[in-house]
Amino acid sequence: MGEVAREQIEFDILIVGGGPSGLSAAIRLKQLVPSLDICLIEKGSEIGAHIVSGVIIEPTALDELIPDWRYKDAPLNTSVQHEAMFYLPNELKSINIPIIKSIMPQMNNAGNYIGSLGDFCRWLASEAEALGVQVFPGFAGSDLIVEQDQVMGVIVGDMGLEKDGSQGSSYVPGMELRAKYTLFAEGCRGSLSKKLMQRYNLRQGVDPQTYGIGVKELWEIPQSKFSAGYIQHSFGWPLDDKTYGGSWLYHFGNNFVSFGFVLGLDYENPWLSPFEEMQRVKTHPVIRKHLEGGRRIGYAARALSEGGYQSIPKLTFPGGLLIGDAAGFLNVPKIKGTHTSMKSGMIAAESIVEALNIKQKDPMIYQFRIRKSCVYDELYQVRNIRPAFAKFGTKIATLYTGLDSMVRGKFPWTFHHCLADNDKLKPASLCLKPDYPKPDDKLTFSRESSVFLTNIDHRDDQPVHLKLKNPAIWKTVNLDIFKAPETRYCPAGVYEVIDEHNEDQGPKLQINSQNCIHCKTCDIKDPTQNINWETPEGGSGPNYSGGM
Amino acid sequence: MKVIVPVKRVVDSNIKPLVKSDGSGIEINGVKMSMNPFDETAVEEAVQLKEKNIVTEIIVISIGEIKCQDILRTAMAMGADRGILVTTDQAVESLSVAKILKHFVEKEKPDFVLMGKQASDDDMNATGQILAAKLGWAQGTFISKLELSEGKAKVTREIDDGQEILELTLPAVLTTDLRLNEPRYASLPNIMKARKKPLETVALTDLGIDLKNSLEIVSIKEFSSSRESIIVDSVDALLDKLKNEAKVI
Ligand SMILES: Cc1cc2nc3c(=O)[nH]c(=O)nc-3n(C[C@H](O)[C@H](O)[C@H](O)COP(=O)(O)OP(=O)(O)OC[C@H]3O[C@@H](n4cnc5c(N)ncnc54)[C@H](O)[C@@H]3O)c2cc1C
Ligand code: SF4
Repeated sequence: MGEVAREQIEFDILIVGGGPSGLSAAIRLKQLVPSLDICLIEKGSEIGAHIVSGVIIEPTALDELIPDWRYKDAPLNTSVQHEAMFYLPNELKSINIPIIKSIMPQMNNAGNYIGSLGDFCRWLASEAEALGVQVFPGFAGSDLIVEQDQVMGVIVGDMGLEKDGSQGSSYVPGMELRAKYTLFAEGCRGSLSKKLMQRYNLRQGVDPQTYGIGVKELWEIPQSKFSAGYIQHSFGWPLDDKTYGGSWLYHFGNNFVSFGFVLGLDYENPWLSPFEEMQRVKTHPVIRKHLEGGRRIGYAARALSEGGYQSIPKLTFPGGLLIGDAAGFLNVPKIKGTHTSMKSGMIAAESIVEALNIKQKDPMIYQFRIRKSCVYDELYQVRNIRPAFAKFGTKIATLYTGLDSMVRGKFPWTFHHCLADNDKLKPASLCLKPDYPKPDDKLTFSRESSVFLTNIDHRDDQPVHLKLKNPAIWKTVNLDIFKAPETRYCPAGVYEVIDEHNEDQGPKLQINSQNCIHCKTCDIKDPTQNINWETPEGGSGPNYSGGM
Repeated sequence: MKVIVPVKRVVDSNIKPLVKSDGSGIEINGVKMSMNPFDETAVEEAVQLKEKNIVTEIIVISIGEIKCQDILRTAMAMGADRGILVTTDQAVESLSVAKILKHFVEKEKPDFVLMGKQASDDDMNATGQILAAKLGWAQGTFISKLELSEGKAKVTREIDDGQEILELTLPAVLTTDLRLNEPRYASLPNIMKARKKPLETVALTDLGIDLKNSLEIVSIKEFSSSRESIIVDSVDALLDKLKNEAKVI
């Protein structure tokens, strides 16, 4: 397609992504300089539509950003009351590990709140709008505008293109959104953030980012089983000692249970299915007893950054910076990134105001301020825990975690993430195929019926947003060596092998892109990083509802 | 010509509605809400008529909680000129909606009212007809094509055995079928402009209209799809099942 003349709109500051980091940055900017013209775009059809999280929120950053949030109807009504951690040696036994209070006080959740991060973001957005931030859901940043090596803004994509890229009857050309600074708040594995890292070499000299995938269900359970503020985590079964992951289960709101499973994407066995592992772990008595008799009302999945301190890239470049999980500020042992994301957005806002004053092209002040902040300290303290699991396996790493936490990460060494997740898969022929049980449609479900609950909306005849850079590799690598792992790790069943027994042409990969729930796993885990995830038409994708 | 387009805020059509566990209604807390798709068609048609210089002013009206402002802004981003929001916390049924709309028709004196043939939440398909009767106006329902000329509207209606073409004398109430057009995307500059267009808010209680609900929702149940299907391998097996299991023959 040739160059299209695009309409342009200018703002002072542009923010790409309406999660906790982007919204906190917007609010902080308006608090500091009310006259700034701030635009925030979000690819979901509304704020919160694409947000997936546990979520237990540590309210530190929120207390700082909106000190009177408790009087402003913030949707954080359940405080943590009781917590439990279980090691599951097999499908029946569980061992309660009382590590939290004594050995790992920083893991203690007293004073934290359980809720829906989507609802929380919708609330933050209303706060931002009340301050005059222009919030535009339904618009995806599809490309960068770079002029003389400086990021000038982003292009919001065309709407109404046909499958072959031609202009349909309702075609609306995309436009250029320009700003003095652009803040990238796309969350884990942002598609524009990825381009920025390549273009400005932001990952030079740091460890590869490693990831996990979280697969979540929302349940409504009988009042008799509900215990507001109860939280539990489990690790061990059904994963083997080499594979990192575990479940969470939080009682909150009106008889809601947030249940989910995180699997480290550095897993080796290409036969693994994060979705099926999540279904399977529910059959364990410590989990089953909470959910039985309830009804499942939501399903979601999303990748999260697990690299921590060692994997933080350079954060700034001429014309902009990275905040939140796009930069990888998640505290893995705590599985918490909301407060660090918010705080990074606030620090970015403060830095941008300074950079504006001195007309600094590259807002480097931000990098400096982050290094001096509690975000950095927090990530530094826990830096060795996640890599210890990759190095020693679950059992030994658990002991190591206890020791490391006792000294608050002050051991003089730093373990590294040596390989990226996509390099970790072993050939399928060397691995055992797990035997996943059939769904019973009461406690366990099929992937198809799950995707149905994501309220997905994706205009079928738009161009496919998941592209293979080199289609030939799929057969020789993905299929022949790894037996098409994408058909298993994708939590939405987007990838399918068809014509398996067609002798003339051989099997083919079918991409059901209209099912994509934007978790970004394929962009991360494809063995040769041959799959590239780009933003589809704005407003496409899941519509996660309240409580999710 | 001046047109009024009433719009309703409903659960977005991509959302699988969730019946509250006590059966008292549909869960709308935190659920994505949008303009009723039939009303979107009506707004689009009005905007196209304005682009053809046939219509000069488009007024959109919604009734409900303050959040209905969203869909009025969406309609204005598509091209409507101004919005009126009648605020109320109570559920209003078709008859009440028609009475409220009649109030505004008498005040604004449009040449016609263009509205969705039904709302996707309760599928009542009644408000347009009641409004026409209350106003004593002509009505053209389920229209899939509209041609306007001086004082007349020629409409094509979708009916069971095909299409019916009617010519109506204006003023009239016209209700739209989804086939009428394909609603446009609101562009970002138009959304920005819409935020500055006039939006008047009036409380229902200030209108002095006497409203009493005559319908009561007793309970709402989820559609049950618990029937299982199986494939039988022979006619004999089928007969056996019909006789001995289903006991229908
Ligand atoms: C399964 C799971 C469980 C978690 N549990 C917890 C927990 O219990 N406690 C906790 O504190 N944290 C938890 N986290 C981490 C927390 O959710 C994240 O750290 C946090 O959401 C990061 O915020 P963010 O604003 O950086 O990114 P996100 O929340 O991911 O938001 C990014 C937003 O940007 C939008 N976007 C992306 N790209 C574009 C684009 N190109 N154009 C327009 N919009 C775009 C996305 O749609 C999204 O809305 C969990 C995460 C996961 C995945
Ligand atoms: S296609 Fe990729 S991004 Fe989309 S749901 Fe599947 S794994 Fe996630």
